[in-house]
Amino acid sequence: MMTLRVNGYEYEVDAEPDTPLLYVLRDDLKLNAAKYGCGLGQCGACTVMVDGKAVLSCVTPLVLLEGKRVTTLEGLGTVSEPAPIQRAFMEEQAAQCGYCIAGMMMRAQALLQRNPKASDDDIRAELAPHLCRCGTHMRILRAVHRAARLMDTAELSPSDQRGAQ
Amino acid sequence: MTKSRIIGGLFAALLVGGAGVIFALTWRPPMAAIDPPSARTFDADLVRRGRELAAVGNCSDCHTTRRGPNFAGGLPVPTPFGTIFSSNITPDPETGIGRWSEEAFRRAMRSGVDRGGRHLYPTFPYDHFTHVSDEDDRALYAYLMTREPVQAPLRDNRLSFPYNQRILIAGWKLLFLRRDAYQPDPGKSAEWNRGAYLVEGLAHCGACHTPRNGLGAERATATFAGGDVDNWQAYALNAQSPSPVPWNEDALYAYLCGGWHPDHGTARGPMAEVVSNLSSIPAGDVRAIATYMAGVFGAPTPDRQRQGEAVLAQAKSESTVASEPVSEGAAIYAAACATCHESGRAPPYGGINLAFSTAISAPDPRNLANIVLSGVRPVEGERSPIMPGFAASMDDGQIASLLKYLRSHVSKQPAWSGVSEIVEEARRTQTAFLQTAAGPRNAPADPSQRDQP
Repeated sequence: MMTLRVNGYEYEVDAEPDTPLLYVLRDDLKLNAAKYGCGLGQCGACTVMVDGKAVLSCVTPLVLLEGKRVTTLEGLGTVSEPAPIQRAFMEEQAAQCGYCIAGMMMRAQALLQRNPKASDDDIRAELAPHLCRCGTHMRILRAVHRAARLMDTAELSPSDQRGAQ
Repeated sequence: MTKSRIIGGLFAALLVGGAGVIFALTWRPPMAAIDPPSARTFDADLVRRGRELAAVGNCSDCHTTRRGPNFAGGLPVPTPFGTIFSSNITPDPETGIGRWSEEAFRRAMRSGVDRGGRHLYPTFPYDHFTHVSDEDDRALYAYLMTREPVQAPLRDNRLSFPYNQRILIAGWKLLFLRRDAYQPDPGKSAEWNRGAYLVEGLAHCGACHTPRNGLGAERATATFAGGDVDNWQAYALNAQSPSPVPWNEDALYAYLCGGWHPDHGTARGPMAEVVSNLSSIPAGDVRAIATYMAGVFGAPTPDRQRQGEAVLAQAKSESTVASEPVSEGAAIYAAACATCHESGRAPPYGGINLAFSTAISAPDPRNLANIVLSGVRPVEGERSPIMPGFAASMDDGQIASLLKYLRSHVSKQPAWSGVSEIVEEARRTQTAFLQTAAGPRNAPADPSQRDQP
């Protein structure tokens, strides 16, 4: 039994310490935004944030998460109240099949929290580990720029603040 | 004439003479600027040969920044004396070498002096390049002068006094620059001699793998005894090699051509760029380098050979995961590392059995810390080994426990000291390294360019 802090809530999780975070998020906590892609930390679909940094949840076992804060896409915003990064991706229609997008958004969020003025090159380099086989790469780039502008100007909703803690 | 006036006169003569000697030793004349020659004036075969030689010299690694244009320079090179920025070696007439004659280029390679007569810092390894033949310098010149010119002004070095005084470099050269051309050893094979010419000259392997003295020169009494580069440890390549399984010529050849070997693992850190470049040169030259370097390693002692065979046998048999992890490090290894490193998938796409890891047997844990933090980045557009980095998911304490566990459990060597400090330092410098060093995208090794000049 260990305590896992996800999106501001504490969960008592009954799992072995070598269980990947992704399995606990999806199977036990029913937080399904992070996707299972390769299971080897090579595609980026499972990306979440741990203490504000983008982390591949499929290769992050629970044993590493003692006392750390996990944030998933669900922790950033909701359908009725989307976070800037989610609004930006919707407004740019940046998802095609969408499987990789939750991971892309989480790494972009971590980038913009660290560097609100990220350049095109910064964004490209940061998202390079994320594989996408559809055709919206340019829209994804535009969405991240739009999110940066939204974060700069929009008032943060309470849920955003929780995600960005 | 009084005695004091004679002494005074002698003193003045000495002063003038001394100044003359210093002037003669340090002053180098500028060479005339030329009109940048058109690319069409260079022979295509010569340019092609130059491309291969530039790959042997790993030129792109220092002269290209991450995401920057090829050979345009600007890479900060940290040294114990301050930071030196690499220069623009594209044929741009104003900021590159577009106005350099072949003679000026050869003088830079031979004796570390730029076209204008300034002494160059020995971060540019002319203590090795001085051995390059005229013919090879001509081909390198032809290759560089036919690249895309890029306007990129030199960045100012960050050196404090007295290291910012270039006159000191002349003194350094007097002490450490041996300008003798490479002399073949008639007692050795042609292949060995070819390897010696490449390794000691253009490939400048010792620039990283030989330790340096207080003045930044390679220690002549400790060649290939292991050195430092960009906060990575360049392992000893002589009898002191920390590799668990001794290297031999075939293993070296496979590793230098392909970037990995099943008994040694994958090239990473600065060595990844080296093998990326070597993968694009004629196989015969890589074989020659392997032949020569196998001699530098020397035949393993019977004891060392036995230990290597024991490691090979052990790696084939048992699992090293403790059934009930007893420490934090063991638990992290079992959960985060063993899933790939004991998957049984063949290298390089499955993680190497860590019993083969030189990083874990090395004198200090820098390389292991670097690799855990940053992982192994894939090469764009090619099948290549990959390992996720754990910088974001493991804190310094967790990495330190993991490193201590691996050292005690996998290696037969005594425990490391100062592991926590080294992990903190590695996190600081790896962040900088990843932001500045050229990515695995490396011009000469780009597969689409392999057969073109």
